[in-house]
Amino acid sequence: MNWLTQLFSRPRIYGELSEEIREHLDEKTEELVAGGMSREEARYAARRAFGNVSLAEENARDVWRWVWIESFFADVRYGLRMLRRNPAFTAVGALTIAIGIGANTAVFSVVNSVLLQPLNYPKSQELVALHQIAPGAAGLADFRNGLLLSPSMYFTYAEQNRVFQALGVWISNTANVTGLAEPEQVRTIEVSDGALQAFAVPPAVGRWFSQEDQNPHGSERVILSYGYWQRRYGADRAIVGRNVLVDSRPREIVGVMPQGFRFLDAEFDLIVPLAFDRGKLILAGFGYHGVARLKPGVAIAEANADMARILPIWMDSWSNGPGSNPHIYETWKITPTIRPLKQEVLGNVGEALWVVMGTIGLVMMIACANVANLLLVRVESRQQELAVRAALGAAWVRIVRGLLVESMLLGLMGGALGVGLAYAGVRFLVATGPANLPRLSEISIDARMLGFALFLSLLSGLLFGLIPALKYAGQRTTLALRSTGRTISASRERHRARNLLVVGQMAMAVVLLVSAGLMIRTFEAFRTIDPGFTDPQHLQLMRISIPESLVAEPERVTRIQNEIADKLQAIPGVKSVGFVSQMPMEGFDSDWDAIYAQDKTYSPGEIPPLRLYKHVSPGLLQTAGTRIIAGRELTWTEVYGRRPVVMVSENLAREMWGTPSAAIGKRLRELPNTPWYEVIGVVQDVHENGVQEKAPEIVYWSSRLGDSHDPGYVWRTMTFAIRSDRAATEALLNEVRQGVWSVNSNLPLASVRTMQEVYDKSVARTSFTLVMLGIAGAMAMALGMIGIYGVISYTVSQRRREIGIRLALGAQRGDVLQMFLRQGAKTALVGVAIGIAATLALTQLMRSLLFGVSTQDPLTFASVAALLISVALLASYIPARRAMLVDPAVALRYE
Amino acid sequence: MKKPPKRDLFPGALEMMILQILGSQPSHGYALVQHIKRTSRDLLQIEEGSLYPALQRLLKEDLVKAQWGISSTNRRVRIYRLTAAGAKHLEREVSSFERMLEGITHVLAPGES
Repeated sequence: MNWLTQLFSRPRIYGELSEEIREHLDEKTEELVAGGMSREEARYAARRAFGNVSLAEENARDVWRWVWIESFFADVRYGLRMLRRNPAFTAVGALTIAIGIGANTAVFSVVNSVLLQPLNYPKSQELVALHQIAPGAAGLADFRNGLLLSPSMYFTYAEQNRVFQALGVWISNTANVTGLAEPEQVRTIEVSDGALQAFAVPPAVGRWFSQEDQNPHGSERVILSYGYWQRRYGADRAIVGRNVLVDSRPREIVGVMPQGFRFLDAEFDLIVPLAFDRGKLILAGFGYHGVARLKPGVAIAEANADMARILPIWMDSWSNGPGSNPHIYETWKITPTIRPLKQEVLGNVGEALWVVMGTIGLVMMIACANVANLLLVRVESRQQELAVRAALGAAWVRIVRGLLVESMLLGLMGGALGVGLAYAGVRFLVATGPANLPRLSEISIDARMLGFALFLSLLSGLLFGLIPALKYAGQRTTLALRSTGRTISASRERHRARNLLVVGQMAMAVVLLVSAGLMIRTFEAFRTIDPGFTDPQHLQLMRISIPESLVAEPERVTRIQNEIADKLQAIPGVKSVGFVSQMPMEGFDSDWDAIYAQDKTYSPGEIPPLRLYKHVSPGLLQTAGTRIIAGRELTWTEVYGRRPVVMVSENLAREMWGTPSAAIGKRLRELPNTPWYEVIGVVQDVHENGVQEKAPEIVYWSSRLGDSHDPGYVWRTMTFAIRSDRAATEALLNEVRQGVWSVNSNLPLASVRTMQEVYDKSVARTSFTLVMLGIAGAMAMALGMIGIYGVISYTVSQRRREIGIRLALGAQRGDVLQMFLRQGAKTALVGVAIGIAATLALTQLMRSLLFGVSTQDPLTFASVAALLISVALLASYIPARRAMLVDPAVALRYE
Repeated sequence: MKKPPKRDLFPGALEMMILQILGSQPSHGYALVQHIKRTSRDLLQIEEGSLYPALQRLLKEDLVKAQWGISSTNRRVRIYRLTAAGAKHLEREVSSFERMLEGITHVLAPGES
């Protein structure tokens, strides 16, 4: 018989079976009656001989069933009925689980899209960043990007390598686009040949750059980003071949990149060719990011070896000009350390995300513990029902399975709610996540995430269902039937499982709260560090770039910058104004080079340590609140007169001349053959790369150098800083715009923000982790509190009669109160002790996120312990008070 | 309550006896019970109800077939008959049972080793 006909003939089979059994009983009864028994007695005797009629019939029917599946569905139906009958229990349980699953799923979707998903390029595992280090070049250790590539290096690598399919260099920049509407500063990516080929993402419209577009003397071309194409050209497909004015020079549009294409994590508006002039290249100029695509099957180590092989060829093929020794770079010990592109994009955000994922996982476990507690209470109140089922012949496996099915249904309900919460949570994370969290825009809810939520629901259902189910399985049904009577006080054993769960909750809460506390201490440590500027909220920043094509003469550039500063200074409420090549923590690609002091001797070919170069206007340091330690600030007279003067940071002055005051009047220069500059001021150290990073040694040059070596030298892109109480108000910004445009209406304002925003962004990873840990810690504490409250108040309700007897026998009400408080305190103490031990081990994992605080910070540990114990006491006080107020007459009346 | 006396018989023993009886003559459920009780001289305690799951299993495996008919006492009963497959199955079961019994007997017999 195949399964289908079996399925349809089942009602007939069951009918015949019932009839057959009825006939059997009848026949037996008749026979006994014929033997002289009364009909009544005979019927009982027949049934006794037959055994359990319905069980036998059930077993006989089971032969035709897919037993497992059908009884499973019966369990599901039964479970749903039980859940429906206890709406309060179901709601609390499902909500608790929903919060846990929602938070976990949200964080998982971030981890999934940021850490787990491959980058959005074809065969992205082949893509690498050409990272290299140069341990021999002192000062380079401060480089975040290692040693970048020089153009000559790029050509040598591109032409000599045997391991890459494509290799190119790129740099991000800004440019002014005019002639469309208002002048606009746009984000550009400048690329060499090979960079787009390495990414291998075909353009949406038109074509890539060809080798010919890299000709420095040929016509100039540009590729648009999808967003810019949409915004400025209304997605006009006939755009290819038209011209756009970039930095006042016409460029022909050759293509549009597809939607979602990014250069690593950089958003951009335009891509322009770098167009190096090969004839003019020297060895130096290490300012370009390298990107390449490995040939299939080539390992990173192989590629590193191949690049190392090429380095001597590079030194032999180029020079730094007549008389220079190209092999001085051997002392730099340049070492290729290629990194997968994904690692380059992610940076160090992975650690923070994993810590958050771990903590949210802990919250989930605490939530499970709470629900398990609820279930335990419920199973206890259902003991009679379960005992009756067992007595009626239900196998304990079946009962345990029923309980598990019920808890898993609860888990699934929580999961469904949780996915909704996760959806809101992801939006929240995307909105509040660190601005520098890579791939933020790629975060979304997808099938993998839904799968994760489902997995979590079932797992949690299993976890919190298993505890009461196993506990039940160990019990004697006969005992249960008897002990559900009224007179017995709860045995100590019945509370053990619940107490264990609460201890676990407290321990996990300790882990989370201590982690959050350590992050707070890290933040405090940040605040004690003087970053090198003051009152960042009242420091308005913006960037203004004056391209060569708009204003050619360097002198004019300085005049315009000066005029803008004067106009801004004249705005009411503005205290002072200055400008600089970049403010601290802005994160623009910075300028690094060596300096030579006059009173030091250098061996031939020796390259001294690299220093950060900044180009400042008079008044900038005062505006930013950066203190002058010795000497004075630059003046406009010196700028216009191109006087050979310079300022240095305190740490540089100490390193070179011992004390800040000793540095004044000393002379230094940029290259062995350039003029000397006199140190006129020493400036306090500035934490250029964020407060947690060491302050670099800085040389402050004038924005316009008085250098016969390079008369065209002027710094064209500047961050203007305005000190005003009106910072960040629309009114001020409007007046600022008017002021700038009254000087030159073709100048766009970019990166308009306050110093506070820049600072916040630089500590975003810390604050993000702090907020996440804080939320998780608060949730853990609330859940733990509910857990303790639940256990104590359940105990109180179970022991009402006992309390009544104690009171009737003369116990003081205070004693009763104390008894329950002691129970709560004991549970909390054990939990806190275990938690502290676990935390000491676990906080090692977050060491890299901490700053200025030990992972075993006693203050944090002590305050968390004190907090949790007092919260636990409070949570037990409420039910304990109820116990104290028990009226013995009422409590004992029911006996 | 009393547990079903499943422990008295090893799995498949009841089925084997049913097939054996049906091999000699088709009969209905009640008659089968009576037959087993009589021939085992009440040594086997069989709960009458446990017969029916066994019969259903045999039906499902096509080892027996059933037909409604009238019994000798003029009752409407369901009469079971052995099928060809049932006969073959019985033969196999009996021979393997006899081998097992022989083995057990050897082990239990005193003095032999």
